[in-house]
Amino acid sequence: MPEVATLKVIPITEPRPEIYREDMPADAMTVVEKPLSTWELLYNWSFFRKLIILAALALAWEIYGRVLNNDLLFPTFSATVSAFFANVMNGVLPERAWGSLRVLLMGYAIGITLAAVLTALAIASRIGTDFLETMTSMFNPLPAIALLPLALIWFGLGTASLVFVLVHSVTWAIALNTHSGFLSVSRTLKMVGRNYGLRGPRFIATILIPAAFPSILTGLKIGWAFAWRTLIAAELVFGVSSGSGGLGWFIFENKNMLDIANVFAGLLTVILIGLVVENLIFQTIERHTIQRWGMQA
Amino acid sequence: MGSQKPLLEVSGVTLQYKTPNLLVTATYRVDFNVLEGDRFILLGPSGCGKSTLQKAVGGYITPTEGEMRLKGQVIRAPGPDRMMVFQEFDQLLPWKTVRQNVAFALTAARKLKGKEADERAMHYIEKVNLTKFADTYPHMLSGGMKQRVAIARGMAMEPDILLMDEPFAALDALTRRKMQDELLQLWADTRFTVLFVTHSIAEAIKIGNRILLLSPHPGRVKAEINSTTDPKDAALLEQRIQHMLFADEAKEIIDA
Repeated sequence: MPEVATLKVIPITEPRPEIYREDMPADAMTVVEKPLSTWELLYNWSFFRKLIILAALALAWEIYGRVLNNDLLFPTFSATVSAFFANVMNGVLPERAWGSLRVLLMGYAIGITLAAVLTALAIASRIGTDFLETMTSMFNPLPAIALLPLALIWFGLGTASLVFVLVHSVTWAIALNTHSGFLSVSRTLKMVGRNYGLRGPRFIATILIPAAFPSILTGLKIGWAFAWRTLIAAELVFGVSSGSGGLGWFIFENKNMLDIANVFAGLLTVILIGLVVENLIFQTIERHTIQRWGMQA
Repeated sequence: MGSQKPLLEVSGVTLQYKTPNLLVTATYRVDFNVLEGDRFILLGPSGCGKSTLQKAVGGYITPTEGEMRLKGQVIRAPGPDRMMVFQEFDQLLPWKTVRQNVAFALTAARKLKGKEADERAMHYIEKVNLTKFADTYPHMLSGGMKQRVAIARGMAMEPDILLMDEPFAALDALTRRKMQDELLQLWADTRFTVLFVTHSIAEAIKIGNRILLLSPHPGRVKAEINSTTDPKDAALLEQRIQHMLFADEAKEIIDA
């Protein structure tokens, strides 16, 4: 049956009635709210998700260690954990860890101070900016550990050499991040600060530093990681602080005695301290500052 | 009236700024006087240098020619006697709550200390109806609320003159109208002096009592007129201003 093409005419809509509604009191509404299940609550907690990942990694380690069945090459997770506890109990690991941390904190503190001075100079004058830029482009790519042989000649075997390389590894990362943070502070905020009559150190302390805090915190984190790596490597390769003895030296000693479970326990300590600093210290700072201020989602 | 000494005297001010490859003249020999209690409007199309002119009053730009005097003193640098209210929402310090933002302005400028600063801050926060949000951080406020905090901060400093640079331009139309009414109410309460930049003719007539009309490229004074509160007169005035602005454009088209 041939169909006749007909033009579809959109009918003119009939006038519709207008609608007005009475305001509804807020308490008359039934609020639709449902508590999340326990699993959902736990899963929303990032610490819990990370625990799952860690547990999975430990399990894989344990299985691989058992399959390999060679304590000299790859001790199992359980053997490592028991070696770890044994060394914690007899006081060796805490002492070694503290030995490393003490040097680390010293180098970190000096590095931060130096970075603060450099960035303050860079903000104050153009020649300061050029100085910071030149220094960071020269020294930032230079591995701190490469300076250790020189440091050993200058400062001898001991803490001073370690602190020197630590300062080198920390300063440039922090200075670079802080400076770029200062440069990206919005023009409006800077104008607001000057409007209050702030200038010089007060302007830096009350406007620039808080406004650039996300970048500064990133710099501090990177600096911390660099310092930690440099320190362990320096202790490990050169046995610099053999007198006081740090974690790197602990690993080195046990490798020489072929006590591989202890080597793993040493590594585990390095990892644990890293996890604690990142997840407890830095995240707490973040939560109380940039997250609260809405500078980071 | 003519005998009243002006609060702000701007005489023969030429403002220039450099871009990487040319020197741009933003305003050319602009004169105007602002009296105490004025709601003085700088009105003009974009590119007439009205914002630049206001930044110069703020002390951020030094004129290449002419001078600006506030209470007889030549303006040389930014200072808390001329509080700015910017268009941008990020003018509040994000690491301080509403109350701290207002109080910090007072302590930073060394006007008041501790408890007194806090009390003054709360007084002005109440004036802009934000008491409930005093301990909230700026990122949790709406755009209109942020501008109200900025206004409260400006007023709390009790400056000689409040400089407002299109403070409502980034707001939606409904909020803008509400904020204009609130600003007029605040003015009726405290009679502060304000220098207000806008490109909206309607806003200029509504907010201002005196309007400086600037022509673009570079900004020159085209007229200085009185505003009106009568709705009929306002409509006529709007047409007149529009005509003055468009007359130029028509001529440009004929020239081309």
